[in-house]
Amino acid sequence: MKKNKFSRFFRWIEGGQKDSLEQKIDTGAEIRDGAVPPSSREKLYALLEAVPENRKKMENMEIRSFNRLYQVLCVLVCVIFISVLLLTVSYLPRFGGDHNPDNNEVAQRYIENGVAETGAVNLVAGMILDYRAFDTLGESCVLFTAVTCVFVLMKSLSSERTIPLTKDIMYDMSNDVILHQVVTFLFPVIMLFGVYILLNGHLGPGGGFAGGAVMGAGLMLYSLAFGEEKTERLFNERTFQVVSTCALSFYCLSKSYSFFTGANHLENIIPKGIAGNILSGGLILPLNICVGLVVACTMYGFYTLFRKGGI
Amino acid sequence: MEIFRIILLVTLVVCALSASFSKNILTSIVIFMSYSLVMSIIWAILQSPDLAITEAAVGAGVTSVLFFITLKKIRLISTGKKETPHEKE
Amino acid sequence: MLNNLAVNYEEAVAMILFGIGFCTLLFHRNLVKKIIGLNIMDTAVYLFLASMGYIEGRRSPIADPSVPASVSAFINPIPSGLVLTGIVVSVSVTAIMLALTIKLYKRYHTLNLDEIYMFAKNEDIG
Repeated sequence: MKKNKFSRFFRWIEGGQKDSLEQKIDTGAEIRDGAVPPSSREKLYALLEAVPENRKKMENMEIRSFNRLYQVLCVLVCVIFISVLLLTVSYLPRFGGDHNPDNNEVAQRYIENGVAETGAVNLVAGMILDYRAFDTLGESCVLFTAVTCVFVLMKSLSSERTIPLTKDIMYDMSNDVILHQVVTFLFPVIMLFGVYILLNGHLGPGGGFAGGAVMGAGLMLYSLAFGEEKTERLFNERTFQVVSTCALSFYCLSKSYSFFTGANHLENIIPKGIAGNILSGGLILPLNICVGLVVACTMYGFYTLFRKGGI
Repeated sequence: MEIFRIILLVTLVVCALSASFSKNILTSIVIFMSYSLVMSIIWAILQSPDLAITEAAVGAGVTSVLFFITLKKIRLISTGKKETPHEKE
Repeated sequence: MLNNLAVNYEEAVAMILFGIGFCTLLFHRNLVKKIIGLNIMDTAVYLFLASMGYIEGRRSPIADPSVPASVSAFINPIPSGLVLTGIVVSVSVTAIMLALTIKLYKRYHTLNLDEIYMFAKNEDIG
């Protein structure tokens, strides 16, 4: 173990060292696992059997009447809820009308000045990555936080796992010839399509979110067909850390830069170029790539975390 | 076009109802997958191609794979529990 | 009222879907079913938002750079942008819920919420 500032943190992550806060703060049910036997179900049934017959009957009747009350109340609440919502919808302005109140001056501004001000032909991409770029930054951070949450939840699960996942031949698809051939043909096409959508986000439909999701789905398919060992050469925990951290930091720095220049407008550092060219739109293309990388890492990270409890 | 849109919306409601009422969880996940697919076609009709691509990749792809892995994991845990008494004997 | 609902059929269907998701959430005891119900509610809200931005007879908001863009050609781009971010967040929420479900199953060996509640209560007593 290297001795540096973060060595303690890494030792804690790998499970070698106990958390210094353990048992000082309540970290939930996990710690008490040793004290409570896993057969809590049998214990409960034993407890229920020990209860006298007539009392059990009475409790059963109580539960049954509560269930009936619950069902009736559910139906009532749902019916009232849906009818109120439908009543509200009937007072809304006509569907598809061009004078509806949500088609106001904000949308007009975005459409009329969008191409000139952001340099992106796709007005949605220009909106979410230029006018409302901080919104998208927060959203990428939500994704990163979600991966971290799943990591914490599944990591503690995998350390106590009793059945090795490699032995489940019934569910393992890595020896399937048909799947191998199909994925060999499909994987480059899916990844190419994902990269195309990602890079073309400011010119046509697509962008960071769509392209990242397609690339993540492609990586999942590859990992499903060829097993984790082969995928780890392409994408492992180290790659995940480096890629998502770098992408998020670049996004954050390139947008918070405007705070130092007076925070009047989220200025473009790069010249906008001619609208319609692939190298145009100023910061929108790099930001699209950042968002796409974060989304792809997140999607594939969810898959591997669920599959084996680690990236 | 109007009729096509109405057919799609009716399919959406039918899919949601059958995903809710089906007894088997695996069936309802597959139905939810098709629900997402119909949703992505509706978004293409509502002139939002960005949403259509994202929904097709995310709703029909990633979410259902996560559901499937969860079911598999749960089955693994429950079969593992069943086998432990055998191993003890 | 029915006349108005027939005109606003897209929004009405979104509300009905929301109701179906809500019912699934309330009626089913199975945790995976509850998560599916929440997802249906999510998509219903997105459908409502996207249909509010739709304008009859107009194109998707992808401008032609050689022609100055006019409002009368494109639909409203704001709901599209909002929903785009929402879809991706709903996936991460689903993933966290599923991870918690696996964790609960690992501990109590059941997916039924009532049974989980009973076991948890029993543990507290014992």
